[in-house]
Amino acid sequence: MAKEAAERKEEFRTTVDGTVINRVYTPADLDQTKQDTSLPGEYPFTRHIMSNGYRGRLWTMRQYAGFATVEETNQRYKYLYEQGNTGFSVAFHLPTQEGYDSDHPLAAGEVGKCGVAIDSLQDMEELWKGIPLAEVSTSMTINATAPIILAMYIAAAEKQGADKSILKGTVQNDILKEYIARNTYIFGPAPSMRLVTDICTYCAQNMPEWNSISISGYHMREAGSTAIQEAAFTLANGIAYVQAMIDKGMEVDYFAPRFSFFFAAYTNLLEELAKFRALRRMWAKIMKERFNAKNPRSMMLRYHVQTDGFTLTEQQPLNNIVRVTLQALGAALGGCQSLHTNSFDEALALPSEEAVQVALRTQQIIAYESGAADTVDPLGGSYYIENLTNRIEDGALEYIKNIDEMGGALEAINQGYIQKEISRSSYNYQKAVDSGEQTIVGVNKFTAKEDHTQKLLEVDETVEKKQIGRLKKLKKERDNKKVNGLLEKVRQVARTDENIMPVLIEAVKAYATVGEISDALRDVFGEYREPSIL
Amino acid sequence: MLSAMYSENTESQAYSKQDTLKREGSMSTSTSKKIRVLVAKPGLDGHDRGAKVIARGLRDAGMEVIYLGLRLTPEQIAEAAAQEDVNVVGLSCLSNAHLVLFPKTADLIRKKSSRDIMIIGGGIIPKKDIPALKEAGIAGIFGPGTPIVEISKFIEDSLKGEK
Repeated sequence: MAKEAAERKEEFRTTVDGTVINRVYTPADLDQTKQDTSLPGEYPFTRHIMSNGYRGRLWTMRQYAGFATVEETNQRYKYLYEQGNTGFSVAFHLPTQEGYDSDHPLAAGEVGKCGVAIDSLQDMEELWKGIPLAEVSTSMTINATAPIILAMYIAAAEKQGADKSILKGTVQNDILKEYIARNTYIFGPAPSMRLVTDICTYCAQNMPEWNSISISGYHMREAGSTAIQEAAFTLANGIAYVQAMIDKGMEVDYFAPRFSFFFAAYTNLLEELAKFRALRRMWAKIMKERFNAKNPRSMMLRYHVQTDGFTLTEQQPLNNIVRVTLQALGAALGGCQSLHTNSFDEALALPSEEAVQVALRTQQIIAYESGAADTVDPLGGSYYIENLTNRIEDGALEYIKNIDEMGGALEAINQGYIQKEISRSSYNYQKAVDSGEQTIVGVNKFTAKEDHTQKLLEVDETVEKKQIGRLKKLKKERDNKKVNGLLEKVRQVARTDENIMPVLIEAVKAYATVGEISDALRDVFGEYREPSIL
Repeated sequence: MLSAMYSENTESQAYSKQDTLKREGSMSTSTSKKIRVLVAKPGLDGHDRGAKVIARGLRDAGMEVIYLGLRLTPEQIAEAAAQEDVNVVGLSCLSNAHLVLFPKTADLIRKKSSRDIMIIGGGIIPKKDIPALKEAGIAGIFGPGTPIVEISKFIEDSLKGEK
């Protein structure tokens, strides 16, 4: 027998929790008490929520996009649609996300920069010019101002002749993770949770095909959490939202079927696909055992995946195409319902058209050439994958138990517990990279002389002027008396516990702006200021 | 406003500015030679992973770091830099607003502070923007993938050069 080389490292460890990885896995590594022989489409849905997986419907290829003004973004959407993108996903610029109009001093320099500038219904109408909202599915990454933006989407659809009852899509509406990681909050936790549940209730009553929330682990992962922390903290937030709806007097099976999720996919595809399997099993059990859901749809974890932005390197950017491929493959093998693949130039700038095309093609190659979509949960039954699935579930349940003991996700966030856990993981990761213990190809190993001839997308300063000009014109031409009356009505409704959505739809139809409506809500709710937690 | 201050033997947790000042008083003899760094994020960007990692990393490299947090105006950052009497201000921006926010913050810091403060920055910053930022007085730009030791060495070497 040939002499084997000594192992490359003393120990091989997972990145999910740092536990040691065995040389090989066998049936002995499967926890017999956790035997899960469920088939795809069967509770607890470990293998897939549908019995036929992607043999029926492929995942939705949904590229997140938005920059400059509505004209440029509308053009990018049409381009993506022509290229085979099957769902839209709107990136709003930060002023829209944080409740400022484009002419606010805090918006200086940010207009149209990392998303599209939307100040009023007029912008929303033009964003969808030539795109029939009755037919497409749209996801909107919007949280603190989600009620205003959803109101604008509903109003824009109505103007196209599409009733809200047939609209398909998702509003992110997940404020808890904003306090943990993404940081586009406006109001404090209590009024914010009221707005979240107002949307969920309104959608349950009026928009049967709309996902009223997308409970997101992605941003916590981006902020540095491990896969186990991402799974645990997302589900803990999910528990808090379900409980808040029940506390509002809602029946669990009335709203939970329209709850959806959003996760990241890192490059370690075995760990990532196991994470998705563990997540499906955990959520199904939580909904059935903790909340007594009866409808299987309430128990199904339906989710969007985005390949992870943090893993993209500025160095040798073409290598990112390979990273994204592995991440997207992990998402597909894990059974996602919708997927965004990042563009290889995103560590350098906003994605160029060429880079976006490669990203979309990556999904199409996985879907149509790799064979990964031809059978359901192809890696189910692998000793390692089943062992990892169990391990991720155990680790995440431990965290959820801790959070329960603290009094739930909201309390854990108030105490800074979740933020500190993520911060610790993030710093440990950076130390591992800096010491060379964690290899990043092209960054701390296999480096090369860099060539910076990559063509990048630019958003120039004329965009800000153009958007401000448009806003000024709107404010001059609309019925300002009517707007002021409606803003006062927004304040009145905000003070009661009446659902905020109907009055917001009225206000946006009169062309009240994101900044004006947010200010009316600030008058009632005040503003949140985060304690700086490292 | 809350800020967090770190020295090598403090646990990672937030202190109010009042606490910061108290601690400072009691440690003045042992820490007077330490380089003081303010880390802050101007603008509306919420991506704070890099800023936080660098704040901790510079603290572990022996500097005193005040992490001011995010969603700050250039005025707030300049005010804090002057009050905290820092040697260095580190700015981070990933929202593509750096060409507006970094020069504006640098300008205000220079107006408000009596001492010479070095300003450095990081984030998603295209290479072609670097000359304009240098022109505006940003001494160093550190993109994704920069090891923390490279930043701490840059700070130490630059400050040594000044003396």
